[in-house]
Amino acid sequence: MKVLVAVKRVVDYNVKVRVKADGTGVETANVKMSMNPFDEIGVEEAVRLKEAGKATEVIAVSLGPTQCQETIRTALAMGADRGIHVQTDVELQPLAVAKLLKAVVDKEQPQICILGKQAIDDDANQTGQMLAALAGWPQATFASKLVINDDGSANVTREVDGGLETVTVKMPFVLTTDLRLNEPRYASLPNIMKAKKKPIDTLTPEQLGVDAAPRLKTLKVAEPAKRQAGIKVKSVAELVDKLRNEAKVI
Amino acid sequence: MAFDFSQTDEQRMLVETVRQFIEKEIFPHEREVDRAGEMPVDLARQIKARAKEVGLYAANMPEEVGGGGLDVMSQMLMERELGKCNWALQKFVGRPSAILMASRDEQIEKYLLPTVRGEKMEAFALTEPGAGSDAMSISTRAEADGDDYVLNGGKHFISGIGLPDFAIVFTVTGIDETKRGPRKRVTAFLVDRDTPGFSIRRGPRCVSYRAYDNYELFFDNVRLNKRQILGEEGKGFVLANEWLTGGRVMVAANCCGKAERAMELATDWAATRKQFGQTIGKFQGTSFKLADMATELRAADTLVAYTCWKLEQGTMTDADAAMAKLFASEMLGRVTDQAIQIFGGMGLMDELPLEMMWRDARIERIWEGTSEIQRHIISRDMLRAKEQ
Ligand SMILES: Cc1cc2nc3c(=O)[nH]c(=O)nc-3n(C[C@H](O)[C@H](O)[C@H](O)COP(=O)(O)OP(=O)(O)OC[C@H]3O[C@@H](n4cnc5c(N)ncnc54)[C@H](O)[C@@H]3O)c2cc1C
Ligand SMILES: Cc1cc2nc3c(=O)[nH]c(=O)nc-3n(C[C@H](O)[C@H](O)[C@H](O)COP(=O)(O)OP(=O)(O)OC[C@H]3O[C@@H](n4cnc5c(N)ncnc54)[C@H](O)[C@@H]3O)c2cc1C
Repeated sequence: MKVLVAVKRVVDYNVKVRVKADGTGVETANVKMSMNPFDEIGVEEAVRLKEAGKATEVIAVSLGPTQCQETIRTALAMGADRGIHVQTDVELQPLAVAKLLKAVVDKEQPQICILGKQAIDDDANQTGQMLAALAGWPQATFASKLVINDDGSANVTREVDGGLETVTVKMPFVLTTDLRLNEPRYASLPNIMKAKKKPIDTLTPEQLGVDAAPRLKTLKVAEPAKRQAGIKVKSVAELVDKLRNEAKVI
Repeated sequence: MAFDFSQTDEQRMLVETVRQFIEKEIFPHEREVDRAGEMPVDLARQIKARAKEVGLYAANMPEEVGGGGLDVMSQMLMERELGKCNWALQKFVGRPSAILMASRDEQIEKYLLPTVRGEKMEAFALTEPGAGSDAMSISTRAEADGDDYVLNGGKHFISGIGLPDFAIVFTVTGIDETKRGPRKRVTAFLVDRDTPGFSIRRGPRCVSYRAYDNYELFFDNVRLNKRQILGEEGKGFVLANEWLTGGRVMVAANCCGKAERAMELATDWAATRKQFGQTIGKFQGTSFKLADMATELRAADTLVAYTCWKLEQGTMTDADAAMAKLFASEMLGRVTDQAIQIFGGMGLMDELPLEMMWRDARIERIWEGTSEIQRHIISRDMLRAKEQ
């Protein structure tokens, strides 16, 4: 069983994101970039499937500029077997990514395709769902637990607003990871050295027959308004009054 | 050959791994260990076990002997991260003394390999009460007696944590008459802790790296076979020069890491602490301190990388290593001091790690050769070239 994991290169979670002066996007020049944390969880889950003898091969896929190879290398050092880099300098939006991944899926025929539930840069939370729709596969999103059954199905526990929900999906399927699925390992020194020898194939959107051009136009990117300082109220009556007459929420 | 400081993918991932390792395995315990002045045995075991799992243990040693086989630049990058921590904890991400690579015959099985595997820990014993900067003045002597040597004397300030399993002890085994007068023959011995006549005592408490001990070693008619000699008789300093030249550069890398940590704390504070109605970073009295820290750190980092590059090329001189160690350790002293200043009173409080880092920084100008000794090494070469 092959497992495909998507790994996105994003601004590191420790970095305070800044909007570019001209309002066209966020600053990425001279900013530390890392693997999307939800994707790290995806790689960890795939590697655990392999260690448990459930998966035979783990393939890490990243889409974007040349530097995405660093992200793939990190996935290889965590234990993925090989990488695929779909190289392009155009701005990739969720639909384009889903289409490109669909083309890679057609080529590789994995049984499970793991993505993060969202990427911490645009927080779109769309790609996994779009990929499932394009591929006509079942989807299990926001996974906090994955159990592979012997009959080729899987039980996935999902984190939903009301609590936990368990769904059963048939392979092949799309899984998107939530925070509590696992705690990703850090790459060990021997695996870092081994990663050097693992192959990374490079493809282009043209080779995959996908038009990756953006469909959505960004008009302006702005920082969220600064939060106003809070106030203390003296009584419940005052609180209710303020909620009703000032905030107008009740 | 041109030098290129860009990191390889492997180096970038190594740094990432070491960072995550210290954040998870070391930082959460550092205050407690520092306050207690004791390193709990279980914690030491845990750090060691985790370091082995991740392949960081003995990463500095060649692969042929079971080490991680890191090149000089990668070792430096790892030391730079580990320098952010108290030695009492990071010691257990073991980096055995490279001098053990001089082991031969049964020494390999008995000392080198178990040390690389983390089953034994060594101590490096050169300094004596009467011989610090002036290493040539050591007086611990080993007198030949047939195939044996008999050791008498003592050492102090010998670093370790938990008693060492064996010590690499520098002794005088004779005097050569040279044109420039008498010269001591210095020989290094491998001495097991349980050898009769050898005793070890914990030294005084040190304000830097609390819980990282220093020991006093006493030798009272300790009988050793000549098979315990590391390297050759009379070649102790030659051996040390051969294997330990990188040591000072690694101390310099430790200093850069710690300075970076202090600077980041200070920057965060300056960006959030408000006085006179604004963040203190808005006052040039604060922001210019940050600018100086960043500039000095960059200079030290570049110097260390350059020195490592020379070490890799085989062209590093003693003066090169001395410059890196001197500048980085003095830079660290200034950076931690200014970081405290930016914190104001809170900088001195033991709720934050800064006062600890400021104390820890102090020893970096003393061990592995004091700042004065580094300056002596640097200027000696300059003057010799001009002297008639
Ligand atoms: C916590 C700790 C751990 C240590 N661990 C080890 C260890 O594991 N193994 C080991 O062998 N040693 C170890 N040392 C010893 C360390 O290397 C020495 O402390 C150091 O070399 C300085 O020697 P000293 O303390 O005797 O100072 P001294 O040599 O007495 O120096 C005192 C002062 O005189 C100055 N001075 C001396 N000579 C000159 C000169 N020619 N020109 C100008 N100034 C001079 C020095 O710079 C210094 O300012 C450790 C020391 C400490 C404090
Ligand atoms: C051990 C100890 C005992 C103390 N005892 C007492 C006591 O008994 N009674 C009492 O009232 N207080 C006491 N203090 C408080 C002491 O006076 C303050 O710590 C000191 O005034 C600095 O204030 P701060 O620590 O809040 O630092 P901050 O005022 O926050 O200063 C932080 C940094 O910002 C800089 N900074 C602030 N404003 C400016 C500016 N306008 N321009 C440039 N730089 C600026 C400061 O110089 C400093 O580098 C004590 C403090 C300590 C540590």
